[in-house]
This record gives sequence, structure tokens and C-alpha cells, in this order.
Amino acid sequence: MSFINYSSREISCKIVYYGPGLCGKTTNLQHIYKKISPDSKGKMISLATETERTLFFDFLPLALGSVKGFKVRFHLYTVPGQIFYDASRKLILRGVDGVIFVADSQVERMEANLESVDNLVKNLKEHDFNLEDLPYVIQYNKRDLGNVVPLKEMEEALNPRKVPYFEAVAPKGEGVFETLKDVAKMVIMELKKKS
Amino acid sequence: MLNPGLVLYEEDSKLIDKELQKLNQLSRSKVSFLVDKDGQLISCVGETNGIDTTSLASLTAGNIAATGGMAKLLGEKEFSILFHEGEKDNIHISLVGQRAILVVIFDERSSLGLIRLRVKRSVSALTEVFDRVTKKMDKINSEEDGDSPLTEITEDDIENLFS
Repeated sequence: MSFINYSSREISCKIVYYGPGLCGKTTNLQHIYKKISPDSKGKMISLATETERTLFFDFLPLALGSVKGFKVRFHLYTVPGQIFYDASRKLILRGVDGVIFVADSQVERMEANLESVDNLVKNLKEHDFNLEDLPYVIQYNKRDLGNVVPLKEMEEALNPRKVPYFEAVAPKGEGVFETLKDVAKMVIMELKKKS
Repeated sequence: MLNPGLVLYEEDSKLIDKELQKLNQLSRSKVSFLVDKDGQLISCVGETNGIDTTSLASLTAGNIAATGGMAKLLGEKEFSILFHEGEKDNIHISLVGQRAILVVIFDERSSLGLIRLRVKRSVSALTEVFDRVTKKMDKINSEEDGDSPLTEITEDDIENLFS
């Protein structure tokens, strides 16, 4: 949920990266953390298991600059992708302003992608959110691998609403900022519409 | 339907800062801060040098959310107070109404009893402020007033933030 503070002249928004286990949500954040200048970012917090799987969430605060005299902050969160961490995923969606769904393009992960989208819809409903009303973009990640599902098929399966989508190779940074920028714009425009 | 975001005007912000300063002083705490339940830092006073308050705010909200989840599983409405004891520093976390979390960090200069007493008083003062903030937000939303910094923002402004 956005926070506008007239005293400190700041606008803060929450963006959540959602998707199945090992689809590259944390890798997206790691790339952003690596590339953003130190003045524009806070510490990246990863609550992970010993095997570096996300246990609760990753958190990266960005303060990219000011617009109309207000500092704009984006708080980026990832959810744990593994099925049995559903309770944690639900909690992280609280107060979300925008969602990036990171899909794993590999053929064998299509089922997991579909399950994760269903899970996203269900968990948003528990917070009285509808995915249709929320700024939402899809990132088709791992496009550099050999066994990927054709883009058209992924679109048909995962994007009935025809929201903006981006092809990505997160470890190389391809598509990472494009995805974030697009959802950031949608979030701010949505806030503008409501104001 | 999206939840309305939190909008805090200068006069309420000042009242919150004043209450936190009073709490920090009277409870002899190191740091006192107020966090929105979604993890956004609302206000912070005390010895904040060297403390990453943004990360603390996010982790506090995660902590409260996880504890709330546990409460639900046990059939409790919520656990309204959390306390973490460290070797030097301790953290006392309590809910302020339905919207905010009050966090107090203290060391051997204070005691849990004093913190609990002072926090209880501040929670009631801060709840009043938040009730007013909520009413004000409801009024603004119903009037569709155009007095928001967002009304003039364009997509190009956001694009420029990333360049």
C-alpha cells in the first residue's frame, strides 16, 4: 500500500516479485542491487535457507530520485516460490501496489508457472485484491536456455489479460530493468488515478 | 478493490514525532520508531546513527505479519506485543490500532517494565492520531480533492528516474 508523507515529502510503493520456485525472482533483485548506484539503494535483505532458497522474503529499497519535489521510493519484495511456503507468500502480498510475475520459460516448469499464477490470484483475494485491478506485468525468464516454451504459447497460457510482458535472462540482466520500469510506471499512474 | 494508501500531512506527522520523542525520553530508550503495517517507515527518533531503519521497518512488518499468521492458526485475533531480548539491546514491538507498529529499542539504561508502561501510554496517544489520519483520508477520498503530488506526475517522470 502506497504511503505519501507530506512532511518528509516522500512517496513509497511496494512491488512484489511472484512466481514458482527457482524462476529467478531473487536473481532479478540481485541484478538490480548490483547495477543501481549506492546512493539510490538501501541494503538488500535476504531471509533465505542455508541452501540459499528464499525462506520468507528478499527486500530491496530503492530511492531513485525526486518527482515534483517528492522523493519516490520503491520497496521491492520477492516471495518464497516453493509450494509449502504459501503462508509466507500470502503475508508478503499485504499492501502490495504492483506485481511482477516471473515465469520460468523451461518446458518442464510450465505446470509450476500455472499453479503459481492460480496461487497469486487466490492469495490476492485473501487481501481483497483482484489481480485485474492491480498493476501487473509478466516476465518470461530464462529465455537463453535450450528447452524453452515458445513465447506465443507462454502468452496464451499465462497472459489472458494481455498485460505487458518482457523476455528476460535475469543473471545477465536482460529484461530486468525493463520489467521493473514498466510496473513502476503502472503503479504511479494507478496512484495518480486514485488521487 | 485496492486499499487506499496512507497519506500523512505535516500536522499529524509533527504530532507523531512529538509523541515518539516523549516516549523515547521518558522510557530512556535508544530508538523509537513507527512503521506502517506494510513495512514503510513513518517516523523515527533517537540514536539512529548506524541503524538501517528502512530494513528494520520492513523486517518488523514481516515479523508482525508472521506472528499474526501464527495467532490466526491458534484462533487468536492477534499477538499485540512482541519482545526480543539481546545481549545488549532489546526490541519491544507493539501494534498501534490496525495500521501501525511501534518499535522501541532499549538497553540496560531502561527496563522492560518501564518500556511497557510508557509504550502503553504512547500507543493510546498514537491511536488517536491515526484515527484522525484515517478520518482525514476518508474525507479526502470522498471529496476527490485534487491536492495530491501525484496529479502532475507523468510516465516520463518515472522513466527519468531510471535513466
